[in-house]
Amino acid sequence: MIQRNEILQTIEMIDQQHLDIRTITMGISLLDCADTDIGRSCTKVYDKICRLAGNLVKTGEDIEAEFGIPIVNKRVSVTPIALVGAATGAKSYVPYAEALDRAAKQIGVNFLGGFSALVQKGMTESDRVLISSIPEALSETDFVCSSVNVGSTRAGINMDAVAEMGRVIRRAAGLTADQGGMACAKLVVFCNAVEDNPFMAGAFHGVGEPECEIHVGVSGPGVVEHALKAVRGQSFDVAAETIKKTAFRITRMGQLVAQEAAHRLDVPFGIVDLSLAPTPAVGDSVAAILEELGLESVGAPGTTAALAMLNDAVKKGGVMASSHVGGLSGAFIPVSEDAGMIAAAENGKLTLEKLEAMTCVCSVGLDMIAVPGDTPAETISAVIADECAIGMVNNKTTAVRIIPAPGKTVGDRVDFGGLLGTAPVMPVNTCSPAEFIARGGRIPAPLHSLKN
Amino acid sequence: MRAIVTVIGKDKVGIIASVCNLLAHYGVNVLDISQTVLQEYFTMIMLVDASACSVPFAELSRALDADGQKQGLQIRAQREEVFNAMHRI
Repeated sequence: MIQRNEILQTIEMIDQQHLDIRTITMGISLLDCADTDIGRSCTKVYDKICRLAGNLVKTGEDIEAEFGIPIVNKRVSVTPIALVGAATGAKSYVPYAEALDRAAKQIGVNFLGGFSALVQKGMTESDRVLISSIPEALSETDFVCSSVNVGSTRAGINMDAVAEMGRVIRRAAGLTADQGGMACAKLVVFCNAVEDNPFMAGAFHGVGEPECEIHVGVSGPGVVEHALKAVRGQSFDVAAETIKKTAFRITRMGQLVAQEAAHRLDVPFGIVDLSLAPTPAVGDSVAAILEELGLESVGAPGTTAALAMLNDAVKKGGVMASSHVGGLSGAFIPVSEDAGMIAAAENGKLTLEKLEAMTCVCSVGLDMIAVPGDTPAETISAVIADECAIGMVNNKTTAVRIIPAPGKTVGDRVDFGGLLGTAPVMPVNTCSPAEFIARGGRIPAPLHSLKN
Repeated sequence: MRAIVTVIGKDKVGIIASVCNLLAHYGVNVLDISQTVLQEYFTMIMLVDASACSVPFAELSRALDADGQKQGLQIRAQREEVFNAMHRI
């Protein structure tokens, strides 16, 4: 029999510490939607998503009511559209984005990811079409998310693609200037992208995945912070153990919801993503955990070590609680989506360089960072190249989601609303990397990629 | 199917009666009750059997929530699995 204090502890976690399931994401393969005619292909895409994910939102809401745990987002990820569209020979893939957006609205999900291309080693004609369509696709749709993988430990970094993405990001910001460059908040540039990520904006359904599956992303920075308050001042051994135990509980909840959702929708269970994902709400912050560990502010010396310990303990606790762990699995540090990060960035205590160091030890990368609107494309590309280098050499996923906020400068704020939050515009080093980016070509894969 | 019903709020006359009436109305059997009042704050935890519940469980849960809001109470019904998952290996 469950004890009274255990019941009340669970309720307190949900009520006061923002414990929730951050997302149930259905991955759907669209490989069978390829067609030589783009119109026909788009119809197949729309129909398949609506057929398979038609009950996703209702199922999520039912589980929410029965288990009494909030499920914040219900989402869909699909096969990278550059693969689906290759046979059409079309010069623009914007019609695909429109079809995906219509499908997302029809089934009631709040984001749909997979307007994507994997170009870590080189681009096909279809990849080129997709990448050039990104600015229009993201500015003309509401719920479509896009990602481009430009590097990997095995392939190195495709610097032509890195250069192109700097220009694409600037164009996407320009087309959504009236919304603060909103399109860039839906676009992620990856190194070592994972194929089963349930979190947006970087989710897509990889080619190694089944026809359809259910992934779950858990959350709960507030619960970890609360647990750490009880061991304030004690050694790191105690702190790490406390985080592990908390992560175990959170993940067990995620595993239960994932299995239940997969069973009810009659599709296989994919993975549970063990991530601490913050929201702009007070008490739901990863920065607050780092500060609870003894730092005056996130960004202070010690931040990287604190984050490394946190990230590792979350994985160690979570991995035992789930039968399949995958996705990004680590603490997220999106600046605009975390009240503590926003505050530290606004008062200059958290810099882009410190954030870059932090991405060496956690998932996922420079996330939701607003920079001055006049930041040159080459500088954005070089920031991407730096992140890719960290991912490539350390065998981990890294990403960049950066917003050159049109007309804004350091000290301004950009408000994206909802989960995307508010981004303070952060200063960027103004020394030019233009000649570096102009070289193009590929940065060769590191020696340790040769593992066979 | 077993579930945990929790009622939290300011104490007043008839809370247990009204919750039990509602549960009876939906054909839900109460197996165990524990309750305390701490500084006028009422907390009740019930273990119930909802196997014979006349509506889908999600609907029961929403109905209890709505009724609680009318009375200024938090009433939630959660399947027992949630607590087992979180607190038992």
